[in-house]
Amino acid sequence: MSVALAWGRTPRRLRHRLRRLVSDAGTVVLSVVLLIWWLLPVYNMMLIALDPEGDTEFTGDIWPTAPTLEAFRGVLFQRYWYLQDFWHQLGNSFFIGIMTMALTVLIGSVASFALGRMRLGKGGAISTVALLIYAVPAYFLVIPFYRLMHGYGLMDSLWAVIAADVTLAIPYALLILQWYGRLIPMELDEAARVDGATPGQVYLQIYLPLMAPALAVVGTSALLTAWNEYLYQFMLLSSPGNKTVAITLATFFENEDTPWNYPVAASLIYALPPIALFFAVRRFIAAGLTLGGVKG
Amino acid sequence: MSSTQPVLAAGPGALNRPWRPSWHRHLHGPELAWAIAFIVPYAAVLVAFVIYPIAYGFWMASSPSLYAQLFASDEYWDAVVSTVLYVGIGVNTTMFLALLLSGFFMRRRWWVKAMLVVSMLPWALPAQTGFISFHWMMVYWGFLNSVLEKLFGIYGPDWLSHYWLALGANIVASTWKTMPFWTLILLAGRMAIPRDLYEAADIDGATGVRRFAHLVVPLLANLYLVCTLLSAIWMIGDFNTPNLVSGGAPVGSTEVLATLGVEYLFDHGKPELGVAVVMTALPVLIPLGIFLIRRLHTREVQL
Repeated sequence: MSVALAWGRTPRRLRHRLRRLVSDAGTVVLSVVLLIWWLLPVYNMMLIALDPEGDTEFTGDIWPTAPTLEAFRGVLFQRYWYLQDFWHQLGNSFFIGIMTMALTVLIGSVASFALGRMRLGKGGAISTVALLIYAVPAYFLVIPFYRLMHGYGLMDSLWAVIAADVTLAIPYALLILQWYGRLIPMELDEAARVDGATPGQVYLQIYLPLMAPALAVVGTSALLTAWNEYLYQFMLLSSPGNKTVAITLATFFENEDTPWNYPVAASLIYALPPIALFFAVRRFIAAGLTLGGVKG
Repeated sequence: MSSTQPVLAAGPGALNRPWRPSWHRHLHGPELAWAIAFIVPYAAVLVAFVIYPIAYGFWMASSPSLYAQLFASDEYWDAVVSTVLYVGIGVNTTMFLALLLSGFFMRRRWWVKAMLVVSMLPWALPAQTGFISFHWMMVYWGFLNSVLEKLFGIYGPDWLSHYWLALGANIVASTWKTMPFWTLILLAGRMAIPRDLYEAADIDGATGVRRFAHLVVPLLANLYLVCTLLSAIWMIGDFNTPNLVSGGAPVGSTEVLATLGVEYLFDHGKPELGVAVVMTALPVLIPLGIFLIRRLHTREVQL
């Protein structure tokens, strides 16, 4: 009786609390499902990398039965014959990634400054052409690109891959930079101009510092482009000294007889730099996308 | 749509002031020299590595006999069908789920914020690592079938040897990899919706599904369309996913145009035919590109 009375007296608050509880429970269940969805492929890789034989697929294990870090050690100390140049190749990958990042940020920021801030007469036409070319997917250009690199004398050169990666990264970079650039008031430029600053000074002292969040987004996505891309590397680089981790992994994965734990461990180590960079700049990414990518 | 725009435009004030012409309408002298110096590196990249390769590609694939050869081959038409299915199903699934997921991230719970960071993992993971993992999960003795057998006692199929399952594997892997990026963009779009609009909807009793249908959907429509177009263009050119996940299995039937072109180059030594494959996608890509640019040019009045 008293329970019924209590129920009758505070039905609203109780119902509210109940609704909140159900909604929270729903959020938790959904969170768990989403975590499994995001992490399952990584778990699968860990499972193979931690297996002493690298053949979990035949034993049918769904959790590590005898985990060992042997595969990671084998990669880091270059013990497995296939991976004897791992560090050198990682160095090449880093060179490509960092140059792609630097050049994309540099070329993209000066171009967006000229187009957005200096009102270059044909600016609209240039960005339209650039965007239209953007409609041609990067991998569609791979065959002509391959032929042209012969012509430019850049075959088997890391610079050929850097050129390809910058080309892939730059349209998106320009899009973000131009969007974000609109948020910076023109009055700042004008004030500096009145004080006698050259466009170069305006670019260095006003434009670049204020564009930092967008530049972080553009730089990160350029590095991810370089790290995701392996077809151009596979086609353009041939000598052992110029090989990258991506090429080694691709050859590894095509060869079905090799033990799987070594290449999988190598690919997990290879995945760390872009993830580290992403976590380092994640605040900027949120800011850059919120303002630059969407608002316009 | 247009009636809602002034409300949005009243949001962050600095954004939507009319664009003031800069210090010089017409550049001259040293100004022009600076502007040209700033645009030259970009123009050089564009000409040397984009326009020239495109022109070169046109020239390589200019012979009509190449297209006759293509149109007569079954593998080409298989690739066209697979591309249409892969892109058509993949883009819409990814974008719709990203739209729903961006709503999940609007929830104000501390663990939801932490999960946003974890959710970006597939995007930051190199394509090779992620997709090879998908491939090895899906092989007959892979992780997926082990889970099905150990936990549910089901003997799973050989995923990559059925056309629809292999195609589905490609789509699922592509969704896994690209959805975080689009979720973040749509989340940014949702966060740009002023809070008072939500409150007004609350007072009018529009919550849950009704708020989604009458507030979020109309306000995000243009952004959603732009993202869909961009994602379609990227997916038509996607080489990594079909190549690494299904690898064209079973017997080359899930090959898409991007992978077929490369296969003609490597496995058959016919680069011209490879370029021709790609060229046949241009009649679809160019209208998509023009439409996208039009939508982008209206961005000043849109969300």
